[in-house]
Amino acid sequence: MYTQTEIIKDTTINGSEGELVINVGPQHPATHGVLHLVITLNGETIKKIEPHLGYIHRSIEKMCESLTYRQFIYVTSRMDYLSSHINNEACALCVEKGLQIEVPARAKVIRVLMGELTRIASHELWLGAMAMDLGAFTPFFYTFREREMINEIMEDTCGARLTMNYMVAGGVAMDLHPDFQRKVKLFVTQFKKRVPEFDDLITNNIIFQNRMKGVGVLSGEDAISYGCTGPVARGSGVSSDIRKLYPYDGYDAVAFDEVLETAGDSYARYLVRLREMHQSIRIIEQLIDAIPEGDFQAKTKAVLKLPKGEFYTRVETARGELGVYIVSEGGTTPYRIKFRSPGFSNLSALHHMAKGSKIGDLMATMGTLDLVIPDIDR
Amino acid sequence: MELNQGLAVDTKEFPGQILQTPGGGIVVSTFDSIINWARSNSLWPLTFATSCCGIEMMSVAAAKYDFSRFGFEVARATPRQADVIIIAGTIVNKMGPVLKRLYDQMAEPKYVIAMGACAISGGPFFYNTYSVVKGADHIIPVDVYIPGCPPRPEALLHALIALQEKIKSGLTREQIREVSKALVLI
Amino acid sequence: MSNEEIKEYVTSIAPSATFDESGEWLNSMVEPGTWKELALRLRNGPLHFDYLFCLTCIDWKTHLTVVYHLSSTTHRHTIVVKAKLDTAKPEIETVSDIWRTAEFHEREVFELFGAVFLHHPDLRRLILTDDFEGFPLRKDFEDPINMIKL
Repeated sequence: MYTQTEIIKDTTINGSEGELVINVGPQHPATHGVLHLVITLNGETIKKIEPHLGYIHRSIEKMCESLTYRQFIYVTSRMDYLSSHINNEACALCVEKGLQIEVPARAKVIRVLMGELTRIASHELWLGAMAMDLGAFTPFFYTFREREMINEIMEDTCGARLTMNYMVAGGVAMDLHPDFQRKVKLFVTQFKKRVPEFDDLITNNIIFQNRMKGVGVLSGEDAISYGCTGPVARGSGVSSDIRKLYPYDGYDAVAFDEVLETAGDSYARYLVRLREMHQSIRIIEQLIDAIPEGDFQAKTKAVLKLPKGEFYTRVETARGELGVYIVSEGGTTPYRIKFRSPGFSNLSALHHMAKGSKIGDLMATMGTLDLVIPDIDR
Repeated sequence: MELNQGLAVDTKEFPGQILQTPGGGIVVSTFDSIINWARSNSLWPLTFATSCCGIEMMSVAAAKYDFSRFGFEVARATPRQADVIIIAGTIVNKMGPVLKRLYDQMAEPKYVIAMGACAISGGPFFYNTYSVVKGADHIIPVDVYIPGCPPRPEALLHALIALQEKIKSGLTREQIREVSKALVLI
Repeated sequence: MSNEEIKEYVTSIAPSATFDESGEWLNSMVEPGTWKELALRLRNGPLHFDYLFCLTCIDWKTHLTVVYHLSSTTHRHTIVVKAKLDTAKPEIETVSDIWRTAEFHEREVFELFGAVFLHHPDLRRLILTDDFEGFPLRKDFEDPINMIKL
């Protein structure tokens, strides 16, 4: 096909007869970053979608090979920045697995609470951005209203609003802010009061439903074959929640449901994410008054050295399964590290989902995939 | 030290004198300062975000921080309609030509804000990477730099106001350098 | 299914396979030549490994190792399959027709490590620029212009 340089030179290239090749991105509001899609159209019908990645490829995997096991965690907050807590948690868990550190009970509960708050914040942002892709501007302001409350809670405890670097090997970096419980409870009551607004504004909106239902259908079998995880797979009825299947950090001790929809279209994925926020609230409510006293960090050596071997951890981020694969030679830095990012696999299904549909529907399909480009490129 | 302390013009008010006369007033000013005044109050940013800083930029657009108070509310998706490009995030080698092209497509006068450590110098991705551009000013000239990873929304607001003051002062890059040198000497 | 049963099944298809159970999951080292047949049987056979959740490569300086993490959504068992490739001529059959997700992952490995996946439908650059030289995730990769070493 065409090389990248050719594509950048000409915005449109006429393909074979009746075909039109258009570029979406790297600078396009609906790609949520710098994704580049080369779309072959026949009239308005999509014949082929070729993603071109790498516009934010920051060589994180190469960098990690020269960072120590304490240092490399900070880079991962910048990978999937919307679930940075969970990214950090995955790395911390992997190092703990290698060193066989037992994390104190208090740290585990703090990790779960922070992780679920992050999940809500991420889904809130997705909701606002996706509604904006479909032409509705108002939901953006509603969702950011709640998101700012979470950001404030994060800032109190972690000192940062977005890239926290809070989960470290052995526990968490510092203790909770004294105001944490009060603020989280306030957030939970506010959230419960305000979420029905989303239902009125979006879920039951007939225009929205018409744009979402039956668009970008992905069957359960294809979802597994394409390696889709997270809400994308669960919207197709595939049970894939790592928190349920391979519980970590005490997720097996809290009660929550894995949200499953079977339709596999954009509307199903939307419903999954919306209902997942309620499940996260449920987890937070169970734990917020039951934070055990004690240490927030296990005693670890100043210099961490993983034994020779291979370690793999899987966690559930807001987008799906994140895998951290560390190959250690016994030194202070990893020999090789691989991040199996959820967005990369979810994106690979885009061509399959959008083929044959109209180009206008592509925005709905892409919006509900919830792509974070630095997570895909790494 | 605020830059505008040393600049000759008062950047807060309407530039010019209003002389009250019967039946109305007369404004005495120069075209340059009126144009700069008008220009600085309706800067339309390009929705350009490569990574994390873009999320903080969205926060600034949302209700709590709300940069439309200062005239930035019309975020444009096409560079041809935008006045200011906020480089929110890391620029990598593959993105470099695209950024240059976006900048070239913008109509004059155009301004650039480098938001966050990555856009200033590569930030956390400075060492041991094979693909990161160490600072967006290797590609296009930058007017205002904001430190932080990512910067707080207030920092972005401050940068936007600093850009407004820079425009209102009507000075060139060299003149500003002279003024700030003089300020340092004092 | 237990590790013993999986071992037995793998050995019946690829007799030269060696196993390592020291880690979390069963590790199996196979010959690149037998991998395609084994992959097909693992996917469609009774073990039903239908979910390839990670595909990556490691540069051991003397050779490359391609690593496939496989799991089953029905039986919930996991196996890690590895294949040793020659650094000078790293070639292995593609599995993108068995697990569709492998198409992108193989393109990534092809680009960053230089491993060639035979009969891949579309083995092109995915991430780096067209004029990029070398394979950045190999240990001997040097880039004095862009890389500032700490």
